[in-house]
Amino acid sequence: MTRLRTRAVPYMMVLPAIVMFTLFLLLPIAYTVYLSVRRLRVSGLGFGGGARREVGVGFANYSASLSDPELWHGALRVLLYGSIVLPVMLGLALVFALLLDSSVIRLRRFSRIAIFLPYAVPGVIATLLWGFMYLPSVSPILNVMQRLHLPQPDFLTPVAIFPSLANIAVWGGVGFNMLVLYTALRAVPRELYDAARVDGCSELQLALRVKIPLLLPAIILVSVFSIIATLQVFSEPTTLRPLTNTILSTWSPLMKVYRDALIQNDIYSAAATSVIIAAAALLLSFGFLRVVQRRAFGEMS
Amino acid sequence: MTTTVDATRRPGRLRLQGVSQRQPPASQRWRLLPTLVLVAGALYCLLPVIWVPMAATKTGAELFTTFTLAPGHGLIGNLRELSAYRGGQFWRWMLNSAVYTGFGAALSAMLSAVTGYALAKYRFRGRKLVFNLLIAGVLVPQITLAVPQYLLLAKVGLAGSYWSVLLPSIFSPYGIYLARIYATAAIPDEMLEAARLDTASELRVFRSVAIPLMLPGMVTVFLVQFVAIWNNFLLPFIMLSDDDRFPITVGLYTLLSQGASQPALYTLVITGALLSTVPLVALFLSLQRYWRLDLITGGLKG
Repeated sequence: MTRLRTRAVPYMMVLPAIVMFTLFLLLPIAYTVYLSVRRLRVSGLGFGGGARREVGVGFANYSASLSDPELWHGALRVLLYGSIVLPVMLGLALVFALLLDSSVIRLRRFSRIAIFLPYAVPGVIATLLWGFMYLPSVSPILNVMQRLHLPQPDFLTPVAIFPSLANIAVWGGVGFNMLVLYTALRAVPRELYDAARVDGCSELQLALRVKIPLLLPAIILVSVFSIIATLQVFSEPTTLRPLTNTILSTWSPLMKVYRDALIQNDIYSAAATSVIIAAAALLLSFGFLRVVQRRAFGEMS
Repeated sequence: MTTTVDATRRPGRLRLQGVSQRQPPASQRWRLLPTLVLVAGALYCLLPVIWVPMAATKTGAELFTTFTLAPGHGLIGNLRELSAYRGGQFWRWMLNSAVYTGFGAALSAMLSAVTGYALAKYRFRGRKLVFNLLIAGVLVPQITLAVPQYLLLAKVGLAGSYWSVLLPSIFSPYGIYLARIYATAAIPDEMLEAARLDTASELRVFRSVAIPLMLPGMVTVFLVQFVAIWNNFLLPFIMLSDDDRFPITVGLYTLLSQGASQPALYTLVITGALLSTVPLVALFLSLQRYWRLDLITGGLKG
């Protein structure tokens, strides 16, 4: 009796998590997939009971969604945005982490806290703050440039909006990634560095030849997390929208899903589109993992 | 913290060079470059953080006329105006955020702890499957979930309620992952075995041995979830329509949407932005030692 109960203990303990997982993850996903192959059919004039029926339509929603130029334009915008955010944010995070870990740095504590601080600022608030930095009438950057009689750039043109939005993501994310990499670096035995120094390694060589190869697993991890987060960009462009008319309501694919589902009440198209986005996100992050792992193993052999 | 101090003191090489003074000045200047790069990064991160308190002290007129990084005379007025905005709506949003975040993060830390402990310390059939399944949740984009969650909650009449924001925030694959790593590292099997000799109840072993040992890890999960829920915009944005239930992120967004056409509201938005970050920044600076980010990378070695 007691043995049986003891055996059941771990199952009882993971049960609440499995229930929550099923209710708030599995069920919504299954429901999305279900909706994505359905559509509302209106027969006759659409009056009376049974005039509006939900019917199965196979992959019609998917083909409609995939042939919608708005989705592709959104995807292209996010790719362009991501190709700025990812290298800049992760590159800076790596440089800062290596600098923090090197022996020639002053103001270490101040810099570490200052660079990590933006992580505490909600994405919406960060966008708000930078939005004011970009807005000609109140921007301190433009204000200083005006006083110095320098040309004042416009941060909110259709082209400049990409680096402007990317800057917000970089600002918010660099500190967290830096701290993950820095923590991984601190776990390396110091004797390894001393040995390299005895062999005549300079600080720069130490960073390039010893630290970066050791950091590779952590770099891959933060890259995957960052790719997933970047593909889901939603709140930054949404929050910046009131300040400029260069951001469309379908600027990113997720914004299009939101608009289709909750403003145009077309949950079926929205479901198909969000399945496509989820598949693309999985494909990209797994593809990235495959490529990097192969390269990492190639270097070792 | 101690390791940081060690690292700055250790290299004797540096001191030797300082004493010998025979280094050419160019090389001295190069030595400063890393610090300059790092400080430049720090200043970039601080720029908006410094600007906001300054801008929050300005009256509406000063905001558009005086030098941007100089303080103004309007802080008290701005605070009073913000508090009076639609009968104290701003404080209502802050309170809502505190409720969503406090309960959500606490429940999430508890759920993560019990699940992580079971996955780390028991051998049972299906353990690996359960773990992989729960962790796969990290990969699912938020919107893929938020919209159907809204539709499903609408079916049971919960959409738009406090529950609709609170419930989906509790399950956290990431929190379970962290808790499992922490439980593996912090709870010695011998201690559990010893405790089992004293009591037959596995639940009591968990409560009196595992929980105290896991507490620092649970604080870390609480913090990570606290930030995630406080910062969440998409979920409440989709779930809620009644602005009395908005958290601060959605509230300030609506304030900005109105304010974009009336620059008079700018100062309110700026002051609100300042106040909304105060709890998080305070939490960060006071609980710094619980930011155990080694947990995140630590799992890679296993």
